[in-house]
Amino acid sequence: MTKILAVDDSASMRQMVVFTLQSAGYEVVEASDGLLALDAAKSGHFDLVLTDVNMPNMDGIALVRELRQLEAYKYTPILMLTTETAGDRKMAGRSAGATGWVVKPFNPDKLLATIKKVIG
Amino acid sequence: MSIDLSQFHAVFFEESFEGLDVMENALLELQPENPDSELINSIFRSAHSIKGGSGTFGFISISEFTHILETLLDKIREGEEQLDVDSVELFLQSVDCMRTMLEALQAETEPDTTRADQLAIMFQSILTGASAAEAKGLDVPATGASPVIQESVLPGSDSIPDSLAGFHIEFTPEADMLKGGNDPVRMMRELATLGELTSTPDTGALPTLRDMQPDVVYLNWCMDLHGDMPLEDVQEVFEWVEGECDLSISRLGGSADSAPEVMPSNVAEAVDHAPDGTSTAATKTKADEQESAKPIPDAPKTASPAKPAPAPAARAGKAESSSIRVGIDKVDSLINLVGELVITQSMLGQMGGSGEVITDDHIGNLREGLVQLEQNTRELQDSVMRIRMLPISFAFNRFPRMVRDLSLQLGKKVRLELRGEQTELDKTVMEKINDPLVHLVRNAMDHGIESPNVRADQGKDETGTIVLNAFHQGGNIIIEMIDDGGGIDADKLVAKARANGIVGDNEQLNQEQKLDLLFAPGLSTVEQVSDLSGRGVGMDVVRRNIQELNGSVDIDTELGKGTTFRIRLPLTLAILDGQLVTVAGQTYIFPLMSISESLQIDEKLVNNVAGGGDVYNLRDEYIPILSLDSIFGLRTEPLSYDQSLLVVVEAEGMKVSVVVDDLMAQQQVVIKSLEDNYTRVPGVSGATILGDGTVAMILDVAGLIGLAGNQKTMAAGEIAGSAA
Repeated sequence: MTKILAVDDSASMRQMVVFTLQSAGYEVVEASDGLLALDAAKSGHFDLVLTDVNMPNMDGIALVRELRQLEAYKYTPILMLTTETAGDRKMAGRSAGATGWVVKPFNPDKLLATIKKVIG
Repeated sequence: MSIDLSQFHAVFFEESFEGLDVMENALLELQPENPDSELINSIFRSAHSIKGGSGTFGFISISEFTHILETLLDKIREGEEQLDVDSVELFLQSVDCMRTMLEALQAETEPDTTRADQLAIMFQSILTGASAAEAKGLDVPATGASPVIQESVLPGSDSIPDSLAGFHIEFTPEADMLKGGNDPVRMMRELATLGELTSTPDTGALPTLRDMQPDVVYLNWCMDLHGDMPLEDVQEVFEWVEGECDLSISRLGGSADSAPEVMPSNVAEAVDHAPDGTSTAATKTKADEQESAKPIPDAPKTASPAKPAPAPAARAGKAESSSIRVGIDKVDSLINLVGELVITQSMLGQMGGSGEVITDDHIGNLREGLVQLEQNTRELQDSVMRIRMLPISFAFNRFPRMVRDLSLQLGKKVRLELRGEQTELDKTVMEKINDPLVHLVRNAMDHGIESPNVRADQGKDETGTIVLNAFHQGGNIIIEMIDDGGGIDADKLVAKARANGIVGDNEQLNQEQKLDLLFAPGLSTVEQVSDLSGRGVGMDVVRRNIQELNGSVDIDTELGKGTTFRIRLPLTLAILDGQLVTVAGQTYIFPLMSISESLQIDEKLVNNVAGGGDVYNLRDEYIPILSLDSIFGLRTEPLSYDQSLLVVVEAEGMKVSVVVDDLMAQQQVVIKSLEDNYTRVPGVSGATILGDGTVAMILDVAGLIGLAGNQKTMAAGEIAGSAA
C-alpha cells in the first residue's frame, strides 16, 4: 500500500489530511513538526511526504532540505501545504527540493487529485 | 469523495483558541523596542495556522481577517515594518476580536464582523503608510495567481475563451529536474488526462549507455495536445517546474508565424489570437470520461486516532467545553493498569474455579490476590482521576493580559508572577475557580497594590508584585494569591462592620474573625466603589464559590506589606473526604471540610428558644441544633441528647449543629449524582456506595440549613431563628 507521511503542526489540518488520505486507501503516518517527521522518515519508508511550511522546531522547508540529504528520499515526491500568498516561500520550498505544493485552503478532493499527480 | 469537514471543527476551534492564547502571551512578553524574533515567529505561526484552518474549514470571515494580520506580522518578521506599543495593542485587540468571532462560530452563529472590519482598516492604514502599493494587494487576499504567469500580456487571452483545438508544447527539462521529485513522465501523464497527447522525444542529447546517469534528464519533448482545455490547466501541469525547464506553449491551429512570448524566467508561453466557438466537443467528452473513470478506492472511513499535541504550553480552552485533551501517557498508564487488573482477576478466578477442598494455602493465596486487587483498584482510580486533571496554567494564563490591561487602566505598575503552573487540578474545579481568582486578582490590583508614588513614598519598589502560586498539599491543591500592597486594615473592617450592623457594638473579635468579615455580605472597605471591584459581586461570592467546591479560603495580611489569600481545594469533585455518621440506623456523610468540630452534648448548654427549636451554647456562641430525624422524617422518638453527639458544621458563613447517633470512620467516598440517577433531594448533595454495598447519602449542609427554615443571616453571636 502506498505510504504517506503527513506533517502539520495544526491538529485539525492533520486530522483532515489523515482522514482524507486514509479514506482514499493510503497508509498514513502523521507528525506534528519537522523534527518528528524526520525521525519518522528515517525509521520507515514513505512513497510521499506531505508537509506544512510553518511549524515549530523544524519548519517544512528545513525538513525538505534534510530529507533530500537522505539517500532514501532523494527522489521521493515531497509536496508542501502552503498558502497562496506565500509565493516566495513556494520558491524557497522548491529550491530546498520540494516536488510541488498544494495550495491552502484546499478541500479533500483537491488534495487527492494533487497527490494522484505525483504518485499515479 | 465527499468528506464531512465539520467533524474536524471541534479540533480546529480548540487549537485556534490555543493559538490565540499563544499569540496573546507572546504579545504580552514582547518588548516592542527590542522584539525577540522567536516570539514574533510564534505569533506569526499561530496566526498562520488559524488562517489556514479557517480557510480550509470554510470560516471565511476569520481567514480574511487573519490574512491582514498575518501580512503585517510577516513584514515585521522580515524587518520591513517596525513594531511599536500601538501595534502591539492593535494585535491584542485583534486577538480578542478573533476569539469573539470564533466563539460565535463555535456556537454555530454568524460572527459579528464590525470590530474586525474596524481593526482591518487600522491594519490597512499601517500597511498603506509603509507602502501604498503593497497594501493594495490586501483587498484581494487570495487570488491564486502565479506571479510569473501574467495573462494580461497575452493578447486577448482574458477576453476570449480557450476553447480551441489544443496546444503545442515544447518542453526541455533541466538535467537535474528528477532531484526535486518531478518526473517528466508525470507531467505527460497529466497532460494526457486533459486531451489527446502526441509527444515526440528529442534524443539528440542522449549519451552512450556507458556515460548515462540514471538521475539526469537527457531528453526534451515536442508535444501536441488536442482538445478543448483552458490554458491555465496546461500551465498548471508545469507549475511546479517553473524555472527548471524551458517551456513554450502555443495554440494549435493558430497562425504559424506567432512567435512565443518569452517570459522573464526561462518559461515561455504564447497564445495565438484565435476566434472563439471552435470547441471540439468530442475531445472534451473524452477528457471528462477519463476524469470520472478514475478509480476511487473504497476504503473504510475510519477516523484517525486523535493524537494529542505535545503538552501545550498555554491554553485556556472554552469554559465548560465538553471535551478534554488527554496526554497519551495518561491513557497508556490506564491501559497498563487495566491489563494488571485483568491478570489479577484471572488469578482470582482460577482460585475460585478450583473445586478442591479449601486449604490454608488457598486462603493465603486468596488474601494475596485481594491485596493485589485492592492495589490495582486504587491505582486505577488515581489514573482515571488524572485524566480529568489539567495543569493550572489553563486558569493562570488569562492573568498576564488582565494585569496588563488593569495596570494601564489604574495607572499602577504591577508585575505578575506565576508559579507552579504545572500543578494539576480537576477540569471542573478549574473552571469553577476561575471567577473567584479573577475577583481576587482584581481586588489586589484595585485595593491592594498602591499607586507608584505612594509606593515610592513608603520606600517600596514602584512596581507592585502579584504572585499566583499553586501547589499540592495532601489531597488538596493550594492556590495562593500574594500581593505586596498595602495590606488589609482589620480594624477598619470591624468599624465598617459595626456601622453596617454586621457586628454588635460590644462584640470582641480576634484577628481571624476580623479578617473573616471581609467575606461578610454587604461589606466593602473602599469608600469609592470603583469600576473594577465592588460591582456587587463581593468577597462573599468568592467564598461561596470556593465552598461550593468543598474548599476553603484563608487570609494573611500585614499592613503596609501585603496580603496573601490562600485557597484550598480538593483535587477533584468526584471524590469527597467524608465523615460517616449514623442516625436511626442509616449512614450519612458530612463533607469533612464543612465540619468545624464534633462534641458530646452537655444538656445544660441546650436552650429551647421560643418557636420550637433548640440552640446550643457553644463557648457563648448560640448555634441552632438541627435534627436529621425531623428533617428526613426518620424517627418520631429520637435518642435523647445524652445518648447523642453533636456535629458542628459551617456553610455560607453560618454555623449549625446536627445531632447524630454516632460518629463512624472518616473516609474518601466516590460521589454519585442523585440527580442523574434519581432526582434532586433537598438537603442531600449526592450519594455514595459504601464498602458493604449499602448506599449512603452525602449531606448538603447549606441545603440542610435551608430545610430547617433557618435562612436568616446569622452573624456571630446573634441567636439565630429556631429550627423548624
